[in-house]
Amino acid sequence: MLHQLEGSQAIAKAVALCRPGMVCAYPITPQTHIVEHLGELIHAEELWNCDYVNVESEMAAISVTIGSQAAGVRSYTATSSQGLLYMQEGVYNASGLELPMVMTLGNRAIGSPINIWNDHSDAMSVRDAGWIMLFPETNQEAADLHIQAFKIAETLQCPVMVCVDGFVLTHAYERVDIPSPEMVDDFLPHYEPRFCLDAANPLAIGTMVPPEYFMEVRYLAHKKQLGALKIIEQVGKDFYKKFDRHSGGLIRTYKTEEAKTIIVAMGSVLGTIKDTVDELNAQGEKYGVVSVVSYRPFPAEALRAALAHAQHVVVVEKALAVGTGGILFQELELPLKNIVRKISSIIAGLGGRAITKSMLKYALKQDEREIFLGLDQNVVAEKIQLVKSCCCK
Amino acid sequence: MTTLTIGNRLDDKDAAEQSKYNRYNGITSGHRACQGCGEALAARCVVDVAHRVTGGNIAVVNATGCLEVFSCVYPENSWRIPWLHSLFGNAAAVATGVASAFVISGKKDMRVIAQGGDGSTSDIGLGCLSGMFDRNDDVLYVCYDNQAYMNTGVQRSSATPILARTATTLPVRGYMGNAAGTGKNVPQIAMAHEIPYVATASICNIRDLEEKISKAILLKGSRYVHVHVPCPLGWGYPPSETVRIARMAVECGLFPLFEAENGVVVGSTPIDNPKPVEEYLRAQRRFAHLFGKNAPPEIIETIQQIASRNLEKYRLSGEFSHE
Repeated sequence: MLHQLEGSQAIAKAVALCRPGMVCAYPITPQTHIVEHLGELIHAEELWNCDYVNVESEMAAISVTIGSQAAGVRSYTATSSQGLLYMQEGVYNASGLELPMVMTLGNRAIGSPINIWNDHSDAMSVRDAGWIMLFPETNQEAADLHIQAFKIAETLQCPVMVCVDGFVLTHAYERVDIPSPEMVDDFLPHYEPRFCLDAANPLAIGTMVPPEYFMEVRYLAHKKQLGALKIIEQVGKDFYKKFDRHSGGLIRTYKTEEAKTIIVAMGSVLGTIKDTVDELNAQGEKYGVVSVVSYRPFPAEALRAALAHAQHVVVVEKALAVGTGGILFQELELPLKNIVRKISSIIAGLGGRAITKSMLKYALKQDEREIFLGLDQNVVAEKIQLVKSCCCK
Repeated sequence: MTTLTIGNRLDDKDAAEQSKYNRYNGITSGHRACQGCGEALAARCVVDVAHRVTGGNIAVVNATGCLEVFSCVYPENSWRIPWLHSLFGNAAAVATGVASAFVISGKKDMRVIAQGGDGSTSDIGLGCLSGMFDRNDDVLYVCYDNQAYMNTGVQRSSATPILARTATTLPVRGYMGNAAGTGKNVPQIAMAHEIPYVATASICNIRDLEEKISKAILLKGSRYVHVHVPCPLGWGYPPSETVRIARMAVECGLFPLFEAENGVVVGSTPIDNPKPVEEYLRAQRRFAHLFGKNAPPEIIETIQQIASRNLEKYRLSGEFSHE
């Protein structure tokens, strides 16, 4: 059924349709509206047989979720930015324990300097944590990917993080189709844990693993992630069959067939990029777009296939590895080596800096390997001068 | 009137769970604890009696620490109960999740124990523990207090007693070990949350420990039991002396045994003739510097005063006695 919904509400409704037995989170902007709405749904008994635990920190939020999932209940949490950093030990723990929980990450910059606005620094900080990480482009896809996330998590016995752009998606109102409970129940059956804490069948979960076995454990985690590529694609296809809507999958292409230059990006910025490409192509240019939906596992092969014919690949990303550069850019460089002649990096939108069509058009005309979109050199120079003149005396 | 003499232990009703031939043995032998480990002994008492009282319906969440490390190095495992280890500082929160999940999935008889050492309880896990108390989550938290980070090589925790020597409070000229006026009293912190039940116990009194656990495991809401467990390695005494050392701590008043309900002390184990703390301190190498030639003579008195205050505070002279 169609609704005019805030992104957070759409996500909350989708999560509720998945019938979790545990929702546990700690307040942090811009994730809060999601769990506020879930709390409302639980108290109104629209979501029943589900506990909502108000905790004292993100560390507790992920820990409660770990506990409930290990005891055999479908569990959900949400966080952003500093919250993700604060719970990071638990993030690694959840994937190590193979607990199929789902988390929404309301993407936000990491401080210092403190900044509540959107970029992908938080998600990038856990890119090696063993979670599946999906980046929706719209509110509709954000809602849909949560339904898929539980399915993927439980099929693989691996936690899934849905990385939703803070404010741009979480706080924006859009038309969203929320499926019926019956259809979601049919798509996502009742959760049957493969293992859990059970008095009839005592099991020790989370034992210490010595060097003789640790390598194998990590290797298996790696194989599982690689195997997830197939599952994610399949779940996307199954979702289309059931709900008649394309959401998820590994990557999506837009006007790439004829394109000479292809832009690669993740999340909500793709809307602006596609508009930009449409305008440029109307003037006779040949641009295309590839959306990375599944960032972890990284769909290197699918990307290679989609980008092989391009003369130039431009990676637009809302994150920066200080000291090395664009993260998605670096991850694409290797798979495209000797295939694509030229690949360049645009770092954009850090800390919520606006990304506009005109800025993108301007940047696409530059012949530089690395561009910081909309960087104000005057502010940079001023800051350098200020630091030089600083003195504690 | 019955007396608790040896003979009565043959009577099943009065026998300690640990003395029974059919005790559950929740932690099987073969684990890697040091000889004379007080924590291993206490944890087995706790798990076995909780298993008996609940008819086997328990699950345990364990914090990182000695107990976790010595009991389950893959592929070996000593636990004969559903057992979960997540992290060092989150056992209380994980247990909250487990307890909630049992309710949601209709396993209403299941009781949850969270357990950890003094480091995971008083330091790194205190936030999660306080949160659990605050919400009055249905978990029994058991702290095995050996008064330092033994697993990492005896570093100071906020449960380390004053003037004790640890690897990070080594006495040198002009410094007599762990600073006075520091440390946390977690049973009192627990009581400040006004949770239904708080108790202290010691492995020198297994019946008392078992009785408190039997009571606590069946109560609803947050419960906290703090068990004094001497550590031969960290405290510096022969492994055969663990129980004796524990008894000395209780008998001098440094480790008072008491129970509190909803934030109020409701009973304590009386001490007939409190022993001087010196006897307890002299038995351990971690206090050896207090008796060296550089030690100020009044230093033992400082510790004696703590014991004396406990005698008064917890009314250890016997007013609480139920008999």
